[in-house]
Amino acid sequence: MVLDPRAATAPASVLEDVNAATAKIRVVDATKVYETKSGPVNALEGFSVDIRDGELICILGPSGCGKTTLLWAMSGLHALTRGQVLLDDQPIAGPRPREIGMIFQDANLLPWRNLRQNIEFPFEIKRETKDRERIAGLVEVTGLAGFEGAMPRELSGGMQQRASIVRALAQDPAVLLMDEPFGALDAFTRDEMNLLLLNLWSETGKTVVFVTHNIGEAIFLADRVVVMTSRPGRLARIYDIDLPRPRTIEMTFEPAFIGLIQEIKRTVEAGGPRTLEVE
Amino acid sequence: MSQVPTELRDDLPTFEEAPPPRDHGPIDWTGLTSISTAKTALEIGAIAALAAAVFFGAEAILRLTDTPTYVFPKPTAVVKTLVEDFGSLYAPHLWVTMQEFLIGLAIGSTVGLALAAVITQKPFVEKVVAPYIIAMVTTPMIALVPFLRLKLGFGLSPIVFAVALASGPMVLINAATGFRRTDLAKIALARSYGASTFQIFRRIRFPLALPMIIVGYMVGSIFGLLTAVGGEMVAASEKGGLGQRLVFFSSLIQMDKFGAVIMIVAALGVGIYVLFYFIGKRWASWEA
Repeated sequence: MVLDPRAATAPASVLEDVNAATAKIRVVDATKVYETKSGPVNALEGFSVDIRDGELICILGPSGCGKTTLLWAMSGLHALTRGQVLLDDQPIAGPRPREIGMIFQDANLLPWRNLRQNIEFPFEIKRETKDRERIAGLVEVTGLAGFEGAMPRELSGGMQQRASIVRALAQDPAVLLMDEPFGALDAFTRDEMNLLLLNLWSETGKTVVFVTHNIGEAIFLADRVVVMTSRPGRLARIYDIDLPRPRTIEMTFEPAFIGLIQEIKRTVEAGGPRTLEVE
Repeated sequence: MSQVPTELRDDLPTFEEAPPPRDHGPIDWTGLTSISTAKTALEIGAIAALAAAVFFGAEAILRLTDTPTYVFPKPTAVVKTLVEDFGSLYAPHLWVTMQEFLIGLAIGSTVGLALAAVITQKPFVEKVVAPYIIAMVTTPMIALVPFLRLKLGFGLSPIVFAVALASGPMVLINAATGFRRTDLAKIALARSYGASTFQIFRRIRFPLALPMIIVGYMVGSIFGLLTAVGGEMVAASEKGGLGQRLVFFSSLIQMDKFGAVIMIVAALGVGIYVLFYFIGKRWASWEA
């Protein structure tokens, strides 16, 4: 069994244990070693976490700590060296286009396609009929109505990322994996996108795994924040974020929020206690 | 050890490896497609004025100096024979050259494009065949025409073959540059939706390479035309062709007719350029 590493360091507040029965995604002993010219690089080592159904969980860590490696393993885009990822108790062994939607850094739109064609791209790959009604609804909600014919380079970074979210949600996946999606955006646009994401999440009830290196963003969004150590990426600690929902930008100025930022920052800087290594 | 089945360990490179630099290979022709067109009335007026100045300026100088036609033809004389004798003297030979050019280009570019798509998927093959490709790009295929004439007879086929040999490697080298532009994030996107290797090629790699493929076709066409006309000058078929006419008229010192053929060849070259310019604008405008 996987030990719950929070047990050793969990704050006094009572944590609800995630057990295998309620977990949507289980990451078990995830380890990834890259073979490079200068020898093997340990990107991820013995990382385990259970993710609840319908939860918004943030994975936080410094650059190069293996966050994206972990997310790509969860999406089935690459295999782990050791360990596995289970989705609904089934091992992930390749892309799962029906259950998992992936949102990439920098929107990742195809520049030779307009917005509508970009959103319809997954339908073409899957050879499915386009759910025009669903697309139209999502385009409306994300404020992209009227821009369907625009080419990506004509749009701002925020609008491009909205389109990429619509592209993923149009497939109606149960799980949304987001890889530093708002990292390239300015602070104002980032706030706006975070609120949009929370709205979409509360309406759709998806399980969202959100990778970021921004502590404030992680706390603002998450039910739980998973802090990773720098390379090799290990689990440092999991924080339960008890801030009420719906979250507002105002909350980010409150002492409780700032206290959490400070605490998590210390954990990140300390590199996380190595004693938490999962056997 | 790993609990993930080995057959699913795909060969998708990971993001942690630096993406290959986006170089344009040894030859960069992209400048050809990025000349801006005239927009304002002033620009168009200036272009027309310069053209008129060159035309009538040359005419005036040749008349004032009383230069005979066999030394240098007057522009009006060239235009006169071009208009009056087009159907009888030039059109049949234009048709011969066009056949050699178009058939040769079709064969050469198809083979070049297919080879580019294949070799870029196999770095080993690419390394092994690279010297031959460079040799074919740099060798003037006109030099082969006398040999091909001996081997393939007196029809159109030797020149068609030379055009294919000249244009194919140009398409190949540019298309290969395009196919090497692998954008891992976009391939990962397609894969995350379950795309097959063929779908990734058709939906990601090919569109990504298309601007360079168009450049390859443009350069290949220009080299193909060069080889067709040059080849006819060296060893024409019994049907002639524009290059053969150049040799013929210059040997008779009919420089007005010689000038008319030059004008037709130049118009063909410019036509090719303009055609691919607009194809590029239509199909590759996303890469501005």
